Amino acid sequence: MTYSEPRGDVLAREGRLPSERVALVDLLDRLLAGGVVVSGDLVLSIADIDLVRISLRALVMSVRESDTIVGARRGE
Amino acid sequence: MNDVVGTYLYAVALARDAPPLEGLTGVAGGPVWAISHAGLAAYVSAVSLTEFGEEPLRESLEDLDWLGETARAHHRVVEAVAEKTPTAPVRLVTVYRDEAQVRELLEQRHDDFVEVLSRIAGHDEWGVKVFVAPSAAAPAEETAAPSSPGTAYLKRRQASLQTREEAWHQAVARAERIHDTLSAVAVASCRHRAQDPQLTGREEWMVLNGAYLVDAARAQELGRLVQELRGEGVDVELTGPWAPYSFTTPVEPLESSESEARDDVL
Repeated sequence: MTYSEPRGDVLAREGRLPSERVALVDLLDRLLAGGVVVSGDLVLSIADIDLVRISLRALVMSVRESDTIVGARRGE
Repeated sequence: MNDVVGTYLYAVALARDAPPLEGLTGVAGGPVWAISHAGLAAYVSAVSLTEFGEEPLRESLEDLDWLGETARAHHRVVEAVAEKTPTAPVRLVTVYRDEAQVRELLEQRHDDFVEVLSRIAGHDEWGVKVFVAPSAAAPAEETAAPSSPGTAYLKRRQASLQTREEAWHQAVARAERIHDTLSAVAVASCRHRAQDPQLTGREEWMVLNGAYLVDAARAQELGRLVQELRGEGVDVELTGPWAPYSFTTPVEPLESSESEARDDVL
């Protein structure tokens, strides 16, 4: 999630990070709060409901669970 | 429910620059293709509404494994397009009933898409997160010393909270200055909500979670700036380049990001 080596010039040179190396939380900042929001006759537009908060809560809870319950997966 | 198919939309680009996508798969492993209409190209794949309908999504979005997989698949498609041409990413899980609806969208929102695409052409989004170590300005929290009675503990606790409060204000002021400095290099900037320490895995306060839309020719300048801003108990982390996720929506007023961020860390 963090990079020990200094980035900057290095980053500008090496170009885009491969998808697997992007931190999920940074990605979700953008995917859930950003992007073109289109509404209309969709099956579902995430813009219509406050799923951002729900999802991030799931993320936080999951991290906390994995801290306290060793080996436990996100349960029901 | 039968296996009804919907059309999942990832991103929109200009049709004349639209890159071919050989063998690219999207969410749920479906092949990605481009719908060209009205001079625009919409990148889509077919998804089952058993998985991507409104009701199932309410539950799946709470499932971290599902969310992570879907987010990365979405991102992979956006990146593949953005590497080749100016690209407007669409928000996660935007699902249409059929291709005809997507064509309609390209027609109706044509001018908006063209405007966004011309604004972001030649620019990249960069993420900058600023961390401040609370201990740099305030004494560390008391270690467990149950030998002293309650009042002494409470006094110490109060003093510690006051210093913490002060340290927080200094950190926020520093974040504002850094944001202004970085914004001067960018053509647009915005601030995301500070990430919870549980997510960053760091003890320091995240005082800035900014996004900056920067001319490709100034990327190195930004990188150098970030390096100069580090130090004195402040860590500055740069991520990117990102497709312009944070700059394709109309700018909305920030609702007191300061107090929100503060809730997260204190």
